[in-house]
Amino acid sequence: MKGAKISGKKFSTSKAIDRRNDLICLTVNGKPYELRIGDSYDAVNPAHTLAFTLRETLGLTGTKVSCDNGACGSCTVIMDGKAVLSCMTLTIECDGKKITTIEGLSDPGKGTLDPLQQSFIDFTAFQCGFCTPGMIMSAKALLNENPHPTEEEVKEALSGNFCRCISHYQVVKAIMEVSEKGRQQQ
Amino acid sequence: MIKEYRYIGKITPRKDGAEIVTGGAKFLDDIKFPDLLHGKVLRSPYPHALIKRIDKGKAEALKGVKAVLTWEDVPDWKFGNPPIFRILDHKVRYIGDAVALVAAETKEIAEKALNLIEVEYEVLPAVFDIEEALKADAPQLYDECPGNVLPLGDPVLGPKSLEGIFMGDVEKGFAEADIIAEGNFGYENIPNPIPPEPPGAVASWEEPNQVTMWVSTQAVYLAKKILTDIFGKNVEVRTIGGPCGGSYGSKIMSWQVQCYAAALSRETGRPVKVIFTKEEHFGSFVLRPATRLMAKVGMKRDGTVTAVSGKWILGTGYYSMTTQAQVAVGSGEAQIAVRCPNWDLKPIIVCTNRNASGIVRGFGGQELKCALIPLLSQAMEKAGLDPFEVLKKNFIKPGDGYFWRDANWYTYRGVDYTRAMEKGAEVFGWKEKWKGWLQPTSVNGTKRIGIGVGVHGNADVGEDISEAYVRLEPDGKVIIHSSLAEHGTGQRSNAVKVVAEVLQIPMELISLTAADTRVTPIEWGPAGSRGTYAILSAIIKAAEDAKKKLFEHAAPLLEADPKDLETKDGVIWVKGCPERRIDWSKVMHLRTILGSGRFDADYTFSNCLMAFVEVEVDTETGKVTLLRVVNATDVGQIIDPQGLEGQLNGCLGTAGVDSALFEETILDHFTGHMLTSNMIDYKWRTSLELPPIDNVVLETPFPSHQFHAVGAGEISTSPGPSAVLMATSNAIGSWLHEYPVTPERVLRALKKIGNTRGETTYEKIHSS
Repeated sequence: MKGAKISGKKFSTSKAIDRRNDLICLTVNGKPYELRIGDSYDAVNPAHTLAFTLRETLGLTGTKVSCDNGACGSCTVIMDGKAVLSCMTLTIECDGKKITTIEGLSDPGKGTLDPLQQSFIDFTAFQCGFCTPGMIMSAKALLNENPHPTEEEVKEALSGNFCRCISHYQVVKAIMEVSEKGRQQQ
Repeated sequence: MIKEYRYIGKITPRKDGAEIVTGGAKFLDDIKFPDLLHGKVLRSPYPHALIKRIDKGKAEALKGVKAVLTWEDVPDWKFGNPPIFRILDHKVRYIGDAVALVAAETKEIAEKALNLIEVEYEVLPAVFDIEEALKADAPQLYDECPGNVLPLGDPVLGPKSLEGIFMGDVEKGFAEADIIAEGNFGYENIPNPIPPEPPGAVASWEEPNQVTMWVSTQAVYLAKKILTDIFGKNVEVRTIGGPCGGSYGSKIMSWQVQCYAAALSRETGRPVKVIFTKEEHFGSFVLRPATRLMAKVGMKRDGTVTAVSGKWILGTGYYSMTTQAQVAVGSGEAQIAVRCPNWDLKPIIVCTNRNASGIVRGFGGQELKCALIPLLSQAMEKAGLDPFEVLKKNFIKPGDGYFWRDANWYTYRGVDYTRAMEKGAEVFGWKEKWKGWLQPTSVNGTKRIGIGVGVHGNADVGEDISEAYVRLEPDGKVIIHSSLAEHGTGQRSNAVKVVAEVLQIPMELISLTAADTRVTPIEWGPAGSRGTYAILSAIIKAAEDAKKKLFEHAAPLLEADPKDLETKDGVIWVKGCPERRIDWSKVMHLRTILGSGRFDADYTFSNCLMAFVEVEVDTETGKVTLLRVVNATDVGQIIDPQGLEGQLNGCLGTAGVDSALFEETILDHFTGHMLTSNMIDYKWRTSLELPPIDNVVLETPFPSHQFHAVGAGEISTSPGPSAVLMATSNAIGSWLHEYPVTPERVLRALKKIGNTRGETTYEKIHSS
């Protein structure tokens, strides 16, 4: 079983290379990127995780890496609408994907924040703030799918997001507030 | 009467809020450096061994490798207490000890190079249990510390720091007691605070003797002081610190990773970044000290404690930086929680072949309290006393005193916490729920509910020194210069808040410099809940000083005495004559005004937190579930309601309450391997398992600074663990003396599994 999986990965990798002429095309925060596969500093090495590419290659350091092992949720980004762990996703598997990172939620030009970001500020739903981008991305993916979750559903959606300061209580309040405001506006 | 403030006590957005929620906050690993090299550490596979030979030729030959350093190459940089711990040594003392350092163009190349370093070890016998380490034939970790015992005392705390608790006459005290209880109690699960951001540092060494260090710690200036002690006074150290992604005390002990980066930068002439992996963070960074208490307590029928005597063994792992200081603070804190005239409590700090213990919230006091309260509970049970009443009665009251960490006697002049404790008990429903010792509150089939209570207080709320400058700008803006870095408490925002209150200007006009020792004055950093009293005092004084100077410049223009002036929103007027007014901008034309403030240590206040917990024990599976927590405290004056709530909710994580339930670092006592060195094997609470927490906060003004507040953040983790042990013992009707209350321990206490299954070395030694 294990061997089959590994060879499957290799197959899809080589297919991607053939099709895209050594390029990985992905859209991050609405901006298209074409990244070469290779070893140069601006290229995607087949071993690069999406977290690495976002942070080191594209300079989007809002996505945090804590455990680098898929256990803490700090690196959560949204890929094609779903929350994914960018430290457990290889960039070469992201060809054609649409990715949203924490930087993609706000509009720095207009100075506007996503309602979730504003609510996190209103409730001081963070302490050290290191886990916060991952928390917000998990919450965003939840609200996209389920705009009016119950408190239990919020806790379930965040259960993969480690916060050692214990900001969870204020995070849940902040998310429920956004959901409630959305309901009122409907 | 409580004064109404414009900003103090009000909910205001954290100054760094927008940065945090947009991903714009630059944590250490987010900063870009030109020409940067990446450093990696080769670590020992043996718990105890001599390095006979290192061949680094192949590693150095690898393309992209810029430096490989071994114990033979590094400068003789040592630190710790005593300062005998070299950054790389000819001997390794735990699995994960540093053997060699590599700097390379990329992390991947550096990792490859580590595998090319050939090391020949002579493996030595190792010791993992603290009492085994004290035996005459035990393997010895240091020539300088015979018997694996480290000397007590920490010169940082003063010329004669507290080395245990010795006062009165314990024989007399025991003679006066109605009840005597004794036993062995342990808090040895060495939980890990694991801040999410891993430890790290970036160093840029400029020949011949200047080094700039970008650090991740809340105590940026202290890092400079420590590194200056290590490098020598001829090296000029500049430390710069931005947001710190969690610390809980631990990152104040970052000198090793900082030295690795500095040594590699010095060697290569380029900036070097070293960031630990999460496995290194678990395996080679800071754990809680282990505590084993063998002690005896005397108590009267009314709950008066007459004597405490015994031995407090602390396991510090392979070295100590602050364990002696933790002994000093923990000993002081024991006296604050237990008013007793007769003490003979002797600490012993022991080295074993495991990763080091260090600074974690609770700093010695939580470790001792987790064993001392269970000991007191034995006496309370014999006397048939309610633990809430006994802990309330014995907590320090105004006019009482204690020997604090500098071994000086201080008379407590803070508030009486009785009211806060009683309010907490009322919210929890303690009186209705308490059914007596080893009695569950209720039983429903296989589920038993139990309750427990714990208490903790710390006089370090006024520890050490702080300095700050407040600079008034010609454009009406204000800049605070402080070496305070933000690590989650929101104190940088609170600094803005108090300055806004003193100067009566909107918080939006006020900003802080980054902590940068070239720009910002000396500051011990947030520790021991000192942010609110100590750090803010210096900032308040600096703001008052700036205001005073502003008035001195304004007075001639208004033909008034500076003492008669008032200001609000950038306008200065003469008290009682609002028409005699002038704008700041006129006074400040082409001028900056610099106010400075300093705080000197004051150990006459203690904070206090009483924690009430309710647990449910499943007698079939042995699982213990935390159902509810009530925290009760009095902070004098709330500065930041939401920040305080966050700090108190923090009671669960960071090796706090959960260190009694499931958090533990499991060390294989045969091989010395840590079995829990990743985020999956080390257990932590997820958002699905959040018990309700009620935080009861009273505001009885303290005679501290002009806003009458003291901090309480650091101690939120501390009273909970012993409360959980008590609650679980009550639920199952049998005493548990060890943390955490794992299913194995619960089922063993219920006699549902054999006596030896899952026993630790300690339990093997002490099981009768």
